[in-house]
Amino acid sequence: MKPAPFLYAAPETLDDALTLVHRHGTEGKVLAGGQSLVPLLSMRLARPRVLVDLNRIKALDYIRNGREIRIGAMTRQRTAETSPVVREKLPLLAEAVRYIGHPQIRNRGTIGGSIAHADPSAELPAVLAALDGTVVLQSRRGRRTLRADAFFLTYLTTAMAPDELLVEVRLPAHDHLGTAFLEVARRHGDYALVGVAVVIERDGDRARRVRLAFTGVGATPARVEEAEAAVVEGGISDRSFAEAGRIVAARLTPDSDIHASAEYRRHVAGVLAERALRAAARRAGGPA
Amino acid sequence: MKKLTAAGARLRRGRTVRAGTPRRDAKPPRRTARPVERRTITVTVNGTAYARAVEVRKTLADFIREDIGLTGTHLGCEHGVCGACTILLNGQAVRSCLLFAAQADGAEITTVEGLGTPEHLHPLQEAFRDHHGLQCGFCTPGILMSTVAFLRETPAPTDEQIREVLSGNLCRCTGYQGIVDAVRDAARRLRGRA
Repeated sequence: MKPAPFLYAAPETLDDALTLVHRHGTEGKVLAGGQSLVPLLSMRLARPRVLVDLNRIKALDYIRNGREIRIGAMTRQRTAETSPVVREKLPLLAEAVRYIGHPQIRNRGTIGGSIAHADPSAELPAVLAALDGTVVLQSRRGRRTLRADAFFLTYLTTAMAPDELLVEVRLPAHDHLGTAFLEVARRHGDYALVGVAVVIERDGDRARRVRLAFTGVGATPARVEEAEAAVVEGGISDRSFAEAGRIVAARLTPDSDIHASAEYRRHVAGVLAERALRAAARRAGGPA
Repeated sequence: MKKLTAAGARLRRGRTVRAGTPRRDAKPPRRTARPVERRTITVTVNGTAYARAVEVRKTLADFIREDIGLTGTHLGCEHGVCGACTILLNGQAVRSCLLFAAQADGAEITTVEGLGTPEHLHPLQEAFRDHHGLQCGFCTPGILMSTVAFLRETPAPTDEQIREVLSGNLCRCTGYQGIVDAVRDAARRLRGRA
């Protein structure tokens, strides 16, 4: 047995889960899909006294259609990947989710768990930021809704209080927008060295709105607004996309680690931004 | 089965204390279960039901090997990277080192021992033998369990799809080409059988 001893509870209702995190939140950990947390427990990098397992709470497993698609926090990544609603209305999520680990990981990993874990090289936080989606946090004190920039504070750290649970992720339907997710990793399924989520609202040769959110290049999903503005000003053209890529490479400040140097990450981020902009523009309709 | 256990645990914990003070007008008693260090779980492994008391920090992989005695499920990295411990949990391929046994309470599990026997190999196992899909065999149980679930969902896979699903399993002997060939051929054999 590798993890240090802990106490375990697997509530079947959200109410019970909220009571448990209310009682044990400060000394506890919440277990969702476990694909990041269990390794941390096994390596004893995390040693919670109490583990609150949400996997028995069926009420947190849903995908509700609408102008804003509401996804229960415990919805498996694999369920989202194969959901017709996600494929049709949330093409950016559908594309990004396939970069998460491997099918065997996505069978367990959850949409809410990945966002709550806030790994700086994870895909879903960047998707949330690019789409300007929100997360719903709930505690016995009530509910609140946060945007990505207010939710992600730094590496593996969010604005969630110890007695709060992330219960729902809300993403706007964007089948009318052009989107693309691209990522470079050492192997398929590895953590991203750099990834980018792009959203373009296109009006002929013009881009009315552009959002670029990067993963793997900072403590939280990174936007480069100057590059977004360059595309809005320059319009849908290879030239403006190349310019945006140059700005991205100049502005991002990633760290070096054993997997890649900062310089390499900056370079790849610029190249990926340019490619993703081109793909997103194409998908938004018309030549690019 | 799981529901019975949960209800029983609640009875033992709560009711006896409150039995002497029935207050019908009061709120129903809080039943939020107290976190525990050990649990009795019931799981069905390869068709056989087992009830065992386990420490809650024991992974499902260790439980299968040590408590059930099925050592075909191998442990490589023990943190979700290598895929050697892949099993089927309610029909889905998952890493058994990234689950606690307590989480599998009530679940149906299939391990490599449930695929075929030495006398009657599963078509997937035959294909691995025929295509040099293994050398030392350490990673093979996990690869078989990953691909058996995959071929059920994707009976006619492309090579790209085969490679994608195999990306979740590390093999240090074969160079993977034999494995890809085996999975491709197994898909053909299984289609012929269906």
